[in-house]
Amino acid sequence: MNTVIFRTLAPFLTALMLLFSVFVLLRGHNEPGGGFIGGLIAAAAMAIYGVARGIQPVREALWFHPMAIAAFGLLLACVAGLVSMLAAVPFLTGLWIYPSLFGVEVPLSTVMLFDLGVYLVVVGAITSIALALEREDI
Amino acid sequence: MAAPAGSAIDLSAALVLAPAPLADWLVILPVVWCLTSGAVLLMLRKNLHIQPLLAILALAVLVVLDGLLLWRVVDGGPLTMVMGRWLPPFGIAFTADLTGALFALFSALVALAGGVFAVQNIDGSGRRYGFYPFLLLLMAGVSGAFLTGDIFNLYVWFEVLLISSFGLLVLGSEPKQIDGAVKYAFLNLVATTLFLIAVGYLYGLFGTLNMADIAIKAAERRADLPLMTLATLFVLAFGMKAAAFPVNFWLPASYHTPRIVVSALFAGLLTKVGIYSLVRVMVMLFPVEREELSFVIAVAAAATMLLGALGAIGQSDIRRLLGYLVVSGIGVMLAGIAVGGPGVAGAIFYALHSMVVMTALYMASGVAGRLSGTFDLNGAGGLYGRAAYFSALSLILFLSVAGMPPFSGFWPKVMVAKAAIDIGAWWLAGSVLLTGFLTMIAVGRVWALAYWRPSAAPAGEGAGAGAGPGAAVVLPLSALVLVTVLVGLFPDPLLSQIQAAATLLADPSAYVDSVFPHGAR
Amino acid sequence: MEVLFSLLVGVFFAAAIYLMLSKFLVRILLGVAILGNAVNLLLFTSGRILREVPPVIPAGLDRQVAVTANPLPQALILTAIVISFSFFAFLLVLSYRAFQDLGTDNANDMRVAEPVADSAPPTGY
Repeated sequence: MNTVIFRTLAPFLTALMLLFSVFVLLRGHNEPGGGFIGGLIAAAAMAIYGVARGIQPVREALWFHPMAIAAFGLLLACVAGLVSMLAAVPFLTGLWIYPSLFGVEVPLSTVMLFDLGVYLVVVGAITSIALALEREDI
Repeated sequence: MAAPAGSAIDLSAALVLAPAPLADWLVILPVVWCLTSGAVLLMLRKNLHIQPLLAILALAVLVVLDGLLLWRVVDGGPLTMVMGRWLPPFGIAFTADLTGALFALFSALVALAGGVFAVQNIDGSGRRYGFYPFLLLLMAGVSGAFLTGDIFNLYVWFEVLLISSFGLLVLGSEPKQIDGAVKYAFLNLVATTLFLIAVGYLYGLFGTLNMADIAIKAAERRADLPLMTLATLFVLAFGMKAAAFPVNFWLPASYHTPRIVVSALFAGLLTKVGIYSLVRVMVMLFPVEREELSFVIAVAAAATMLLGALGAIGQSDIRRLLGYLVVSGIGVMLAGIAVGGPGVAGAIFYALHSMVVMTALYMASGVAGRLSGTFDLNGAGGLYGRAAYFSALSLILFLSVAGMPPFSGFWPKVMVAKAAIDIGAWWLAGSVLLTGFLTMIAVGRVWALAYWRPSAAPAGEGAGAGAGPGAAVVLPLSALVLVTVLVGLFPDPLLSQIQAAATLLADPSAYVDSVFPHGAR
Repeated sequence: MEVLFSLLVGVFFAAAIYLMLSKFLVRILLGVAILGNAVNLLLFTSGRILREVPPVIPAGLDRQVAVTANPLPQALILTAIVISFSFFAFLLVLSYRAFQDLGTDNANDMRVAEPVADSAPPTGY
């Protein structure tokens, strides 16, 4: 597992997978994809980095503790649901705004916020499990 | 993307278009509040000093929310909110009726007491491993299970509370805990999987997962659907969650291993979720099948309560003894469900009583163990001489769990026994009474040996000798004892609500109307 | 088609239960994994199987015009997969810890919480 090729390539692979995970997250809006699968890809990227470089570099690269990331995702998802309280509609109702950024209409919604929350929950939870497993194996 | 405004689509065919008043939010707020505050606490898990404060505050707010919800439900009947305003049965409905609101309120009270008790019981390392966040997530699962109106959603909340309970169970990771957790985790996973299998069959038969919808369809199409198979699967799955006799072995194997406050919360909350689901599914959705299965449930109930009480007599470790008493109490609730009619009210009452008293008993055993330095009856002694007030509290709990008047355990046992005699099941009523007698022997011996007997060790020795129980421990214990005394002395206000709840379960038309207003479905 | 799937579900259940009856945690773990998949397949089958008609509303319409495949079982299965996956991960870590701390993966030898030589409660005062 610990060849030079793998160790050299791992950071690039991780960066690419993280980018791809964000792409999948945003694509999930109208097409196959979404927060869960995106989060899994990002967690896999972290696991690859961990296998190549060890756990400590992953923890440093993440900056926040994985469980804190998951908790923040959970908070985001809850907030996405609670926004509908202000609009007098039931919990988790999708609400949309269409702000114009540089002349392009960007549809934003609480659904997206929720999906972002799911993404972070999955990244945080799966990464912390993967790191726990790697610590005991290696 | 959302439909553009002004198009010709008739949204009322898919969406609830009436605005949701703020009061309706009470149905969902207990769950959302627990999730939100749990998430915040998880982010703050390095701040060990602020955590207990925030958690206790959050749990107090939860009690207030559940109290408001109960008040609203008593006042205005069942309350429904559909997620994302999709019309039921397509949207996931949260429906609070009296049963759910009562269970939610008592669970919140127990959790608050546990949160306060944990200030002293859970040390720095336990907090660092996230005791309080797990507690709040556990409460999210428990409240969700009590308030949801969708059977697949019930499964999801089961899993939420299960995964948080895993986290709480292995807190500290001693070998003993790992051992208990292995048995607890595997067997509970099998139980929830059985539940999921039942849900799969139910979906295959009815094509719906909304409980109100199932109640209607089960009544309409009872003749041509194999509902008995389904009901039996549900009884097995929930019976395993509730630790009923042939499938109860995970409970005595694991409940004595974690920190005492975790044991207390588990004893108060987890098995009662199983009982609640059994009541919800068997009494409300499949009443005819419950009638058919009545004898089977009754035999399991009698075996559960008697073997639980006998198991308690055979134990020398106080915590393991209490584990068997939890099982024994489940038997009484099952007996109420088996009998049906007024027995259901007895089962609900006993479940609420058991939540409070079992939690308090575990807390008391923790204090007793710390004061005398051992949980083993062989070495314990002299507690009465050392802490008289605490001993008096314990005595009240012992009498209450055995079903002695004038404490809260007395009334539900009377209700269940009387309902059993009324339908001619004298043997079931007899085993309820015999269980009370055996339980009295078990707890009476704890009292005689650990409390009344003079201390075996000379004064001044033993782990915690000299130091009395602190305020953070006595306060929640006293509060729970106060509840059992008050409910025992003045059962009428609670009893009338419980009987109303049982009536609503037997005739769920108010529940159905709340989900499908104006007969629209 | 449903009959075939039902048989397959049966085979899955049989394999899962056989594995879970073992004393060894690793086999039980494999049994749990197969059990999860058996249930997912059961959910899928209980939603009825229909080939090659995706549940997508055609452009320009606001409702389905023909009978399509049932999309709900997929949502249910996705939820169930997520849950069984996370449980499997937890149980894997737990079993490994149990093997490290208790020195065995034989459930019969795990007697730390309930010792074999348990003292009986005192019979006299």
